[in-house]
Amino acid sequence: MNPPDAPRPALEVCGLRIALPAGSDRPFAAQDVSFTVDRREIVCLVGESGSGKSAIAHSVMGLLPAALAATGGRILLDGEDVLAASEARLRELRCTRMSMIFQEPMTALNPVFTCGDQIDEVLRTHTRLPAPARRERVLDIIRKVQLPEPERMYGSYPHQLSGGQRQRIMIAMALVLEPVLLIADEPTTALDVTTQAQILELIRELQRAHATGVLFITHDFGVVAEIADRVAVLRLGELVEFGPTRELLTAPRHEYTRMLIASVPSLTPKPRPQAAASEVMLRTEGLGKTYPRGRVAAARDVALTIHRGETLGIVGESGSGKSTVARCIAQLVRPSEGRILLEGRDVAQLSTRQMRPFRRHVQIVFQDPYRSLNPRRTVGDSIVEGPMNYRVSRADAWDRARRLMTLVRLDPAVLDRFPHEFSGGQRQRICIARALAMEPELLIADEAVSALDVSVQAQVLALLEEIRTRLNLAILFITHDLRVAAQVCDRIAVMSRGEVVETGRTADIFAAPRHPYTRALFAAAPGRDWTFGGSAAVYAPAAAPVAAGGPRDVFPDTGRSG
Amino acid sequence: MLNYILKRLLATIPVVLVVAVFVFSMLRLSSADPAAIIAGDNANAQQIAEIRGKLGLDQPIVTQFAVWTGRALSGNFGESFFFKKQVSELIVDRLEPTLSLALCTIVISVLIAVPLGVLAAYRSGTWLDRIVMGFSTLGFSVPVFVIGYVLMLVFAIELSWVPVQGYQRLGEGFWGWLQRILLPSAALSVIYCALIARITRSSVQEVLGEDYIRTARAKGLRNRVVLLRHALSNAAVPIVTVIGLGIALLIGGVVVTESVFSIPGLGRLTVDAVLARDYPTVQALVLLFSLVSVLINLLVDLSYTLFDPRIRY
Amino acid sequence: MSGPATPGLDDLAPIDPSRRAGAARTLLRSPSVVIGAVVLAIIALIGLAAPLLNTIDPAEISPANRNKGPGYEATIRQDDGSKKEFVYRMGSDSLGRDIYSRVVYGARVSLLIGVTVAAVSVAIGLVIGLLAGYFRLLDGVIMRVMDGVMAIPAILLALSLVSLLSAGLKTVIIAIAITEIPRVVRLVRSVVLSVREEPYVEAAISVGTPTLLLLVRHVVPNTVAPLIVQTTYIAAHAILIEAVLSFLGVGMPAETPTWGNIIAEGRALFRMFPHNILFPGLFLALTVLAVNMLGDGLRDALDPRMRKRV
Repeated sequence: MNPPDAPRPALEVCGLRIALPAGSDRPFAAQDVSFTVDRREIVCLVGESGSGKSAIAHSVMGLLPAALAATGGRILLDGEDVLAASEARLRELRCTRMSMIFQEPMTALNPVFTCGDQIDEVLRTHTRLPAPARRERVLDIIRKVQLPEPERMYGSYPHQLSGGQRQRIMIAMALVLEPVLLIADEPTTALDVTTQAQILELIRELQRAHATGVLFITHDFGVVAEIADRVAVLRLGELVEFGPTRELLTAPRHEYTRMLIASVPSLTPKPRPQAAASEVMLRTEGLGKTYPRGRVAAARDVALTIHRGETLGIVGESGSGKSTVARCIAQLVRPSEGRILLEGRDVAQLSTRQMRPFRRHVQIVFQDPYRSLNPRRTVGDSIVEGPMNYRVSRADAWDRARRLMTLVRLDPAVLDRFPHEFSGGQRQRICIARALAMEPELLIADEAVSALDVSVQAQVLALLEEIRTRLNLAILFITHDLRVAAQVCDRIAVMSRGEVVETGRTADIFAAPRHPYTRALFAAAPGRDWTFGGSAAVYAPAAAPVAAGGPRDVFPDTGRSG
Repeated sequence: MLNYILKRLLATIPVVLVVAVFVFSMLRLSSADPAAIIAGDNANAQQIAEIRGKLGLDQPIVTQFAVWTGRALSGNFGESFFFKKQVSELIVDRLEPTLSLALCTIVISVLIAVPLGVLAAYRSGTWLDRIVMGFSTLGFSVPVFVIGYVLMLVFAIELSWVPVQGYQRLGEGFWGWLQRILLPSAALSVIYCALIARITRSSVQEVLGEDYIRTARAKGLRNRVVLLRHALSNAAVPIVTVIGLGIALLIGGVVVTESVFSIPGLGRLTVDAVLARDYPTVQALVLLFSLVSVLINLLVDLSYTLFDPRIRY
Repeated sequence: MSGPATPGLDDLAPIDPSRRAGAARTLLRSPSVVIGAVVLAIIALIGLAAPLLNTIDPAEISPANRNKGPGYEATIRQDDGSKKEFVYRMGSDSLGRDIYSRVVYGARVSLLIGVTVAAVSVAIGLVIGLLAGYFRLLDGVIMRVMDGVMAIPAILLALSLVSLLSAGLKTVIIAIAITEIPRVVRLVRSVVLSVREEPYVEAAISVGTPTLLLLVRHVVPNTVAPLIVQTTYIAAHAILIEAVLSFLGVGMPAETPTWGNIIAEGRALFRMFPHNILFPGLFLALTVLAVNMLGDGLRDALDPRMRKRV
């Protein structure tokens, strides 16, 4: 791989082993992991949660938490073994030879210092430049990460910037001394898709301009397809496959890689039978919600129609108001205006008592499987609670719970266990069972699969689909993920800044988005040139629905304050 | 920022009002009739009624509250039943010892407790941490009068380094003042130290787990810089908060400490007034101490703007 | 983890027995819980068994045996008229009462006040805190009043309340409880406010669980651990405040044997007879220390997130 005359790789990891503390579910966070990152290339380390990808990244920086320790192998940074380096030497290397950016731009910057000061601190620590020269250099790197008004950015505090801007500051801080290696640990996971596209592009640009090697940690195959030169696939601490991106995506050799690729939902909507004009289950008219403290409406003039047996998707970025709409319809918050017609009757402004008979018709499944079940009650108690509130006898309720457990593919015998004994995917199934126990007409899934790994996500999506057809349910599916929406929704409504900007059949919207925002959203979807969902990905450069301009032309990531 | 300051100011109004209502109703709740107390044992019913009229006790309760509040605002708390002096004069007389004691205690506590707390957080889980936390628990547990007497026994009686009891005004010489204020301040700072050290440790420990601390390490900063610059600057708000909340604790401690060391301050005055059922004096002192505590906590809230830019903007 | 075609039971996590038996075991492993509990148990036993521990009437005044040092021996008259040799283990006070007997009986008052104040203020505070946390309308009013009460330094508040009401056990308990209730209210309210944001509470709302059941089933259990911890701290605080009140001469009636009273009585002659203060002071400190250690240990074991004690 490296002929003698080739330049040294930026990073060479050989036989790395990272031990987990005694009592963990497995002995190693990483076992015998070897890969290289050359200068001028981006290597993606991809894996599901618990694959050890973050531990590997942190061990390169010497930032492993105290409980973990690299117990074997070598990590060569431009030829120098960082595992053997002293703490003082590691400090010298950080930010000068290797840098790292993190997942949460919201919390990764110190809130009490200005952004300029935090970048300047790197220069103060590692160089002897005089103050004016440092300031010049900081302003220069702020310009290079394409932030507007560098002088203003220099004096801004992190909370005054948007997530994307903060991530740019992090990148500026990481690259100001032009390290040979940049480690990016899920740097776009917490960002909206349009911002993500810009940050990916920026990393790509800077990496090329400065011949930096980038180790990019991600769980998202779309992102992998977008920026990786080579890909390393990790599974439970073991590297199962390592190769050039195109080769690995189009002809995955390892079964696990194939399974992962198959689990990634395709951006091409599944062909769906044109639903026969079934009865309207729920309709909203002019629905709006303004929170007492919010200055602008969280949702405005939202008109939606959901038919029996159909899945309506609401797609939007954070702050688009999609969850507010879901919570209004689920009657968890009272809308400020408009009507919610449930089988023809307006339930928007009913009192708690009047609402009671209607409540059970609409049920909701939340995003976070770890907080959706009361940790102190058995899952059985959680499932029977609803029916028993509506005077179903204890025996009947338990009977129903057992049947539903079978429906969601769990053993009814585990009803007496507590939530912490289940995995995230299993808990989400239990939440679905709890919702179904109310025999609802409408099921709301509020980002219900967003917190799950792709393989588990695929299982839960399949389950929802099965339940919908079997029970002829109406489903309101809230998601930020276009891929998921393409696969499960009959129709979608795209929301932005509290308003529905476009509605229509999923296939129509994906084929020809009309609103500029929808177009920007689609253009930003990572890996849109690839088709996933089969045992291998297929490269098929989309006839881009956006004729001109990227997402930045529509919603520049500037000036918005966080 | 102006918005924030205004909001804090407005928020203290109901608090002060609740305190005022409580203090005012003290006299009403008491079984004693103030008029009877003033009139003395030999007074007849008519004399008492006269005094009652003079004091305005025959007015409706709301009027009485308004009159009382108005007077209190102008510093007029009436005449002490017991000392037969204007309460405001009494308070002015006794102010200096109490201020000396409180300020010395705060200075000693902050100087000792904050560094110890930071160190304990940094060396979390080590013997050093355990010792600091052990002393903190101990400090919460030994009452200030026991500490006071033990210190007195060792340093004043056995070693004779300092006078046993009493107070000397600062104006009569710094050395004499310091000698007499040192022991009470030391006794009183124990519990205050315990409180501040504990909060400093837990705040710094919490901050050390934040993402931006990892960022600071990833920048190649020395541990000292990470701890003192990045961690402490973020832990400042809870530490300053607890210094403010501790004022209430400190005031309670002042009352006891002044009794132990025979310091003629406001705390001692409070106890004497309570024992003599001298309600105007008790009312004035409770009100004064409570307002001081509210005011200091208000200042603490306002000081957040210095530490946290998220509040400043 | 298997492919999407075979969703199922294979990734069911094994039952984790450590979690169920966990709380009890963690408690027993915590040295501060064990030491605190053992010391407290001994002190409680001493208080309960006071008459059996070779004591005499703690209120019995004996002018002949005033101000004696520890170990002083004298012949005393017993209730039935017989005489016996008695050792004043901790000496006697200025009225000739046996300090040892007073200290031993004093444990009763301190523990009684600690337990009662903790129970009363937690019970009342829990209810008020639930109301404040769950019903927005009440919240503003309740919290303003609580802020106001908390603004008055605890000892001053107790001091003035005691001076208003007639002295005695009930008065002291009420006065101290009033100072503690706002702290419980704040704690409960903050737990309620954070729990009501939990998706599982919203899920319970959406399956139609009535408010009262919602509070009892889903909210109150979350307050148990922090309240247990808070209860111990309140008990410790109550014991201290009672001692302070008695020490200042406004707490329990002077003849009642409490540690604060013994110390108050010994103040005048402290220079000559420091044991009057040191023995009860030692017991007082030891008791409060034991309760605090128990609280710290419980906090670390039950509620690792609750690190701050203000």
